[in-house]
Amino acid sequence: MPTFTYMSRCDGCGQCVDICPSDIMHIDPVYRRSFNIEPNFCWECYSCVKACPQHAIDVRGYADFAPLGHSVRVLRDEKTRIITWKIRYRDGRLKEFTFPIRTTPWGSIKPPFEYAPPMAGSLSSPLLAHEPEALMVVALPALSALGPQH
Amino acid sequence: MSLFASRKTRYVDTDILVIGGGFGGCGATYESRYWGHDLKITLVEKANIERSGAVAHGLSAINCYMGMRWNENRPEDFVRYVRGDLMGLVREDLVFDIARHVDSTVHKFEEWGLPFFKNEATGRYLREGKWQVLIHGESYKPIIAEAARKSASEVFNRIMVTHLLPDRNNPERIAGAIGFNVRTGELHVFRAKAVIVAAGGASHIFRPRSIGEGAGRTWYAPWSSASAYGLVLKAGARMVQMENRIVLARFKDGYGPVGAWSLLLKAPTTNAYGENYEAARLDEFKALVGKYAETVPLPTCLRCHAMLEEIKAGRGPVYMHTERVLDSKEKEEIGWEDFLDMTIGQAVVWASQNIDPKERPSELITSEPYIMGSHATCSGAWASGPEDCAPDDYQWGYNRMMTVTGLFGSGDTIGGSAHKFSSGSFTEGRIAGKAAVRYVAEQGKNLPQVDEAQIRQLGQVLFKPLENYELGRAEIVAGTVSPSYITPLQGLQRLEKLMDEYVGGISTFYMTSAPMLERGLELLTLLKEDLAHLGAESLHQLQRAWELDHRVWTAEAVLRHTLYRQETRWPGYYYRGDFPKLNDAEWHAFTASHYDTESGEWEMGKLPVHQIVE
Repeated sequence: MPTFTYMSRCDGCGQCVDICPSDIMHIDPVYRRSFNIEPNFCWECYSCVKACPQHAIDVRGYADFAPLGHSVRVLRDEKTRIITWKIRYRDGRLKEFTFPIRTTPWGSIKPPFEYAPPMAGSLSSPLLAHEPEALMVVALPALSALGPQH
Repeated sequence: MSLFASRKTRYVDTDILVIGGGFGGCGATYESRYWGHDLKITLVEKANIERSGAVAHGLSAINCYMGMRWNENRPEDFVRYVRGDLMGLVREDLVFDIARHVDSTVHKFEEWGLPFFKNEATGRYLREGKWQVLIHGESYKPIIAEAARKSASEVFNRIMVTHLLPDRNNPERIAGAIGFNVRTGELHVFRAKAVIVAAGGASHIFRPRSIGEGAGRTWYAPWSSASAYGLVLKAGARMVQMENRIVLARFKDGYGPVGAWSLLLKAPTTNAYGENYEAARLDEFKALVGKYAETVPLPTCLRCHAMLEEIKAGRGPVYMHTERVLDSKEKEEIGWEDFLDMTIGQAVVWASQNIDPKERPSELITSEPYIMGSHATCSGAWASGPEDCAPDDYQWGYNRMMTVTGLFGSGDTIGGSAHKFSSGSFTEGRIAGKAAVRYVAEQGKNLPQVDEAQIRQLGQVLFKPLENYELGRAEIVAGTVSPSYITPLQGLQRLEKLMDEYVGGISTFYMTSAPMLERGLELLTLLKEDLAHLGAESLHQLQRAWELDHRVWTAEAVLRHTLYRQETRWPGYYYRGDFPKLNDAEWHAFTASHYDTESGEWEMGKLPVHQIVE
C-alpha cells in the first residue's frame, strides 16, 4: 500500500521527506508538494502519514494484491501519547482502535552522561551500564561454573 | 577528469564512529557514552534515526527477554533454545553474552517510557511465548532514538556510508569510513579510532513474491540493503554462515506477524483440508535431519519446510484460524494491534479483501529468503567473544571486534548468534560500545591514519554513477533504455532474478545445487562487472546504486557459502539437491569466508562449533 499525497491538503512543509526511512517522499518541483517517487520501495510503514501535520498523506493498498475501496487512517498524538486507528473495509464495515504509545513525556530520558562516571577499572569487567541493579538479580550470570572449553 | 571531482568534502574526526542508527547502533551509542563520558561519539545513518532500521515501523513484541528477576528463564536455557532452532550451529558464547545482559536493556526501555502489557494477577510482563513479551510498540523506535540522540556527540542523518577506510600503514586495521550526504551530495570522510558497524541485513537479494508496485512489501524492510555485510566483508572481515538465509512463514502478502496469533491467542494452522500437517510429517523430518527433528519447539526452518511441502502438494492455501480464537473484544484488540504496531499493510489486506479475522481464517505463506544476523538465522562477521566465557579460539581481542583491528559490530552484522531481535541487537550494541571505549583507551597515542590517495580515488568511484548517467543520457532521446548504463533498479532486478533461479529462491521452492550455483556465480560475476556502469540520475538514485553494490557483494558471499556447505542443514530455508540431507559428521561446523582485498580472491574454510552449555 504505497503512500500518496492529496493535492488540496499538502502545504509542502517537507516533514515526510525528512522522516521517510526509504527516502522516497520528495517535493515535486512544479507543484511544491510532496509525492511518493518510488512506490515499489514503500514499506507502508506510515512514518510519513503519522508525521504529516496536514493529514495530507494516505495509503492505497498495493495494486498487485489489494482491491480498491479500503482505508486505514491514523492519528498519532505525542501530547496525549495515544494513537488512534480507523479502518474502513471495502464493504463499508468500520473498526476503530486506540493504543498507548509511551508512558513518559517526550524528551524525558536521562542521558548516560548524567549518571555518575563509572569507577576506575570497571571498563574491563563484563558489566554493562546500570548493571547489576538494572538486571534485578543479584549478579550478572557467568558461565565459568559450567566449564567452558578452554 | 570527473565531472563531479569538485564536490565539497567534509572531514569529521571522532573517537568512535557508529554506522547505522537502528537498534544495534542506538545501543552502541548509548553505551559508548556511558563508559566514555569525554569521548567523541558519532552516529551516522542513511535515513533519519527517529524512524530508521528494521523497527522504523514499530514492533508489537520484544522477542528476547529472559525474565531472570522472576526466575522465568536463565541464559543457559536460551542458549539451548537458540542452538536447537539453528540446527546445532551457533556461537554459544555470543548467545549467552546477550542473554545474560538483555534483561537490563529491556528494564531500561520500560523506564524510558515503552508501554508493556502486564499480567494483572502477577504484575509481570505479559508473556506472548517463552521468550517474548507483548508491548504497545508503535513508538518503540522514536523512544530508543531519543536515548541515542542524547548520547551522541553528533548524529549525521541522511549519510549513505559506502566504504570503510583502512589504516594506511596496516590494511588490517580500521581508520574510518566514507560516504555522501543524500541531500547535498557532500562527500563525508569520517576519521575514527574505532568503528562499530550496526547496519542492516538484506532484503531484496532474492526476487520477492510481490511484484510491480508491491515489490516494497517484503517481510524485511526494503531499506535493509545488506550494508551490515557489504561494508565489512570488503574491508577484509571474516564472514560466517552467510548461506544461513532465513525464510519466514507469515500472513500472505501483508507479511503480518504470526507470533501473537499462534503463541498467545493459540490460533491453529492447518492446510486447506483442516489437517494439522506438521505433526504428520515427523518421520519425514527425521529422514532429512535425524535427531534434530525431535527438537522442541520444532525449529523454524522445519516449520517452513512442512508448510511449503503442503503447498507443493496442492494442499494449500495454508490457513491460520484466527476465527476460532477471537472470542472477546480484548483478544480482537491484541490481534489488530499486533499488525497496526508493526505491519500496517496486513490491516490493509484485511480491509481491502473484506477479511474480518473474527469470521474468516487468513492465508499463510513462506516468504522469499533474507540475509540477517538477528532473527532465526545468524549470517554475519566472525567476532571475538566475551573474555570470561569464550573458548580460546573464539577470542583474539575485544568483545565483538571482528578480524579487522578496531572494527566492531552489533545486530545483523555479527554472525553465529541468532535470536537477538530488537532487544538483543541493542544489547549487543551496548557490549560492542563498551568494548570499543576500552579499545580506544588502550590505543593511547597509537592512532590510525586514513590514506589521502585512497580517499581521492574513492571520491571518484563514489560519484561515478552520476557521471555515467550524465554521459549516457545524452546518447538517447528519452526513456530508461541505454546501451551504456543500467539503472540501480535494473541491476537490482537482475540480481533478484539470478539469486532466485540459481541460489534457492521461491521459483525453485528454495532448491539449488553445485551446477546451479556455479552457473549463478558466472552471471553474478558479470553483474558485478556491470556495477561500474550503473547510471544514477539523482542523489537518491546514487544511494540506490550503493545499496545495490552492498547487496551484490553480500549475494556473492551467500552464493559462495551455499556452494561450500555440502549438505542440507536447514530444510525449509534452502535445499542442496545434490546433498539433500543434514550431515553432522562433515558439517557440524561454521562456514567461513575471507575476501582478500589485495588479490580479490575468496578463501573458504570451516570454523569449529563449540558446545559450551550442556
